[in-house]
Amino acid sequence: MFVIKCPYCGERDQTEFSCHGEAHIARPDNPAEVSDEEWGEYLFFRNNPKGIHFERWTHDHGCRRWFNVMRDTVSDKIMKTYKMGDQKPGVQDV
Amino acid sequence: MSNQNRTMFGGRVDRGQVINFIFNGKKYKGFHGDTLASALLANDVHLVGRSFKYHRARGILTAGSEEPNAIVQLGLGARTEPNMRATEIELYEGLEAASQNCWPSVNYDIGSLNNILSSIFPAGFYYKTFKWPPSLWLFYEHFIRKAAGLGYSPTAKNPDRYEQKFYYCDLTIVGGGISGLLSALAAGRSGCSVLLIDENPELGGYLLDYNFSINEKDGLKWIKNIVDELYSMDNVRILKRTTAMGYYDYNYLTALEKVTNHCDQLSKTIPRERYWRVRSKKIILAQGAFERPLVFADNDRPGIMMASAGKKYLSRYGVLPGKSVVLFTNNDHAYQTAFEFNDKGAKLSVVDTRENIDTRIQKKCDDLGIKLYSSSSIISTSGNKKVNQIEVQKVDRKQNKLSGECVTLDVDCILMSGGWNPAVQLFSQSRGKLRYDKVLNTFVPDKLIQDQIIIGCNNGCFDLTKNLNHSYQEGLNTAKDLNYEAADSINWKGEEEISFTESSVEPYMLGKKKVTKGSKHFIDFQNDVTAADIFLAQREGYISVEHTKRYTTTGMGTDQGKTSNVNALALMSHIHEKPVDEIGHTTFRPPFSPQTFGAIAGRSVDHLFDPERRTSIHKWHEENNAVFEDVGQWKRPYYFAKKNENIHDAVKRECLAVRNSLGMLDASTLGKIDLRGPDTAKFLNMIYTNAWSKLEIGSCRYGLMCNEHGMIFDDGVTTRLGEDHYHMTTTTGGAARVMSWLEEFLQTEWLDMEVFCTSVTEQWTVLSISGPNSRKFLQELTDIDLSKENFPFMKFREGKVCGIDSRVFRISFTGELSFEVNVPSRYGRFVWEQFMQHGKKYNITPYGTETMHVLRAEKGFIIVGQDTDGSVTPMDMNMDWIVSKKKQDFLGKRSFIRSDTSRSDRKKFVGLLVNDKKTVLPEGSHIVEKALKQPPMKMLGHVTSSYYSPILGHPIALAMIKNGMNLLGEKVEIPLMNGKVIEATISDTVFYDKEGSKNNE
Repeated sequence: MFVIKCPYCGERDQTEFSCHGEAHIARPDNPAEVSDEEWGEYLFFRNNPKGIHFERWTHDHGCRRWFNVMRDTVSDKIMKTYKMGDQKPGVQDV
Repeated sequence: MSNQNRTMFGGRVDRGQVINFIFNGKKYKGFHGDTLASALLANDVHLVGRSFKYHRARGILTAGSEEPNAIVQLGLGARTEPNMRATEIELYEGLEAASQNCWPSVNYDIGSLNNILSSIFPAGFYYKTFKWPPSLWLFYEHFIRKAAGLGYSPTAKNPDRYEQKFYYCDLTIVGGGISGLLSALAAGRSGCSVLLIDENPELGGYLLDYNFSINEKDGLKWIKNIVDELYSMDNVRILKRTTAMGYYDYNYLTALEKVTNHCDQLSKTIPRERYWRVRSKKIILAQGAFERPLVFADNDRPGIMMASAGKKYLSRYGVLPGKSVVLFTNNDHAYQTAFEFNDKGAKLSVVDTRENIDTRIQKKCDDLGIKLYSSSSIISTSGNKKVNQIEVQKVDRKQNKLSGECVTLDVDCILMSGGWNPAVQLFSQSRGKLRYDKVLNTFVPDKLIQDQIIIGCNNGCFDLTKNLNHSYQEGLNTAKDLNYEAADSINWKGEEEISFTESSVEPYMLGKKKVTKGSKHFIDFQNDVTAADIFLAQREGYISVEHTKRYTTTGMGTDQGKTSNVNALALMSHIHEKPVDEIGHTTFRPPFSPQTFGAIAGRSVDHLFDPERRTSIHKWHEENNAVFEDVGQWKRPYYFAKKNENIHDAVKRECLAVRNSLGMLDASTLGKIDLRGPDTAKFLNMIYTNAWSKLEIGSCRYGLMCNEHGMIFDDGVTTRLGEDHYHMTTTTGGAARVMSWLEEFLQTEWLDMEVFCTSVTEQWTVLSISGPNSRKFLQELTDIDLSKENFPFMKFREGKVCGIDSRVFRISFTGELSFEVNVPSRYGRFVWEQFMQHGKKYNITPYGTETMHVLRAEKGFIIVGQDTDGSVTPMDMNMDWIVSKKKQDFLGKRSFIRSDTSRSDRKKFVGLLVNDKKTVLPEGSHIVEKALKQPPMKMLGHVTSSYYSPILGHPIALAMIKNGMNLLGEKVEIPLMNGKVIEATISDTVFYDKEGSKNNE
């Protein structure tokens, strides 16, 4: 059970949040022009790393905002939470 | 009262308060402060239960939560609880308990035949025996299930209340022994908010039973002073009778508090148990250690117990469990128990596995007349229901054989001590890493992972002075870390009579029989796992520690191997001739000890199990015989039954009323989302498959939403209320999902779009009136001009209805002339009742969801989630008309041209008419080309909706059929579960009013 720091509300219990899988997967700007393979990549393929992972979460029982989480899947340590649209952090940022 | 084993004085029980209790139907007496175990021992009851597999007589092994043997069925009726540890049950007036796993009684147990036949029940017996032939498993299972388990669960509903408590603090300390107390004292004096948890009714830990001093003061008095000081602090909260069960990430701890379990009268206002969910900045583990049994032949007889348990029964409860006692040990510490027993009048001898024993101890034994057998082992025990005799012989370690004369001793109690194992369960759950300590010969904490500290014996340190200073200092350090001003540090000095310094772990003692030949050197008492079983598992290839555990069941059961694990690992290490480190250990998982489901559920039972959503008209529905249906969390009227009507009669009456005159549906549960902002039309263009740019103010449009896979995900009507203002409706079950979907794209993908979504589902009550008389009826109650010219189909108007400001939408889900009247929820019931009253002349008929389903199916309107299942596209539903060809992009569009979604042989939405004109097909039925006697058959699809249509007078069905649109008029077969085969003909999906003129009137 994590403690997650919502960028808008502060630290809250995990029960207030839900996870929505990998972050930073941009919807192709013009889907009509991408190949089946590229579209398939967007639809189906996700990373499942042992180590640092970027995820989308929502603060469902709170501000209902979406934000991103940088988490180490080995230690389950949440290294950083940041707003949608913010630059993807690197290891040097935490 | 008998209490023949009670000492004349001493102990911490209240001898002035006699308590009556019943065990196995017989009446006994004990004192306030006794546990069931201590009271039974006081009454010389040693035989408490029968073992799991061999039904061997078992007594009381320990005096705490690690007890594997003395587990009983506690209480009667709805409150009965199986597998309760007699060593933890506090005695209360009228307590009733009984032995488990025996029939007809614990004294004469038929199942003990298993013991005689034990050579045919080795580890893996079930796996090997009941494997063949596979078809007979169901037969075997019946008997195996009967034999499985120890106690029985209550069959009646639990009458008690359980509660949950969320708690936040600076520091949680698990364990109220001296280490925990001192940390709490230091942190408490420094101002931290502290939660101190202990599973016992009294704080002080194991030292309550020993002679010791702190800073040259009497230990017990010292403990009392500290406890008093802690209770006086407002920032310290103490939970007794509370067991920490689970230690999860981010210092999240769960604990079970037994609030009234120890009371004879249960309170109506106080819960029986309270489940704590604690989040603290730091956690200090101070759980102490469990004493380790020795593994020797027939080491499980009643009368054989841990040395520390014996000490506790004597010191704390004033109970002398035996008169002729032998101590069997491999360490100095256990001698304290021997001396104390001797002091209280027992005849003592000691069997020590070591050759060199401290000369001071030897001398004291001599002085007290205690016979000491060094370098020796107990090689056999006898006594059917209680140990009565042992044989002792010298062990020649070099040659690994018994030597010298075999001495027979008459005893009635064996105290054993194989050293101490720190209680590392919670530490390990928290991901802490363990290492094997070669001096203590056990696993001790090594690497901390979370923001935690582990102190005292729990940390593998058994030096009293060191523990006192370390514990207090860690309390101060915690305060400093959390930015409190730490109290002054103090120098502590503790003295124990004899302290525990080291022990060996011998995997097993030699006995008269070879270990591998059916001898019973028990490793795991609760699961009847012997040393021979561990040998067998290794021979048969289950050499990984996880495999050995599962094959032999060692370390499983309600005690989770608290006493057995280290001995099992030591034996594996001995067999493989590898150090224990390399054998490793199994994973510890929560809960630390068994906990009730009641506590986990807390108040979330009965009507609080799941929230129930009711519309503003709900009460009226109840008063008018509505039968309710659950739709998500909503309660919706399924149908309204009149006198003597069954569901078919009622639905038929309701359907015909709508088709012939006037019906009314409570449609308030439909999801409603208010959309505002300059980019709303642009946003709707992306969300829906059809085009929204040209929708005029005051107009409604039906829309279909797809996910990015191109699959239908929700539908509904959206209306343009103003320039940048829209009102979206969704399915009842999909409301929350759609809201999240909209927010997802607005917040993560199109951050530049200015659109605001607000759920208004509960703000509006929706009365859907439908039928040829609906216009005439409603016009009499509203100032809105409802004429065909002024208020055409798919339009929206605002005005007063029954004097209430309302929104009226002219949309139809029945195919009839319909109006959906939205009024603010607080007027919902008022308007509904006005409608009912005024509609009498039109025979206004309230109808439920079943009628709604029939009417829409007659028109071939889909229900998302019933006719679709997340794997169908709009084209599969023949809804190409709603998919814009002009729009460059919308959610799901790109997936329509994926090879799988654009296949020509996909299942299509079609109608189905049974040829016998009377069978209503079960929904979900498989549709085949030709029914055969048995599968495989060529499958074409399945039935998605199926009803009897009252207006048509025959059944109708909707189905998904492969290539269905090219099979119109073809015959298919539907094999039913009862063996019948029904013939049906594929049709289009509109059964009634095919030209669609009625809703346009």
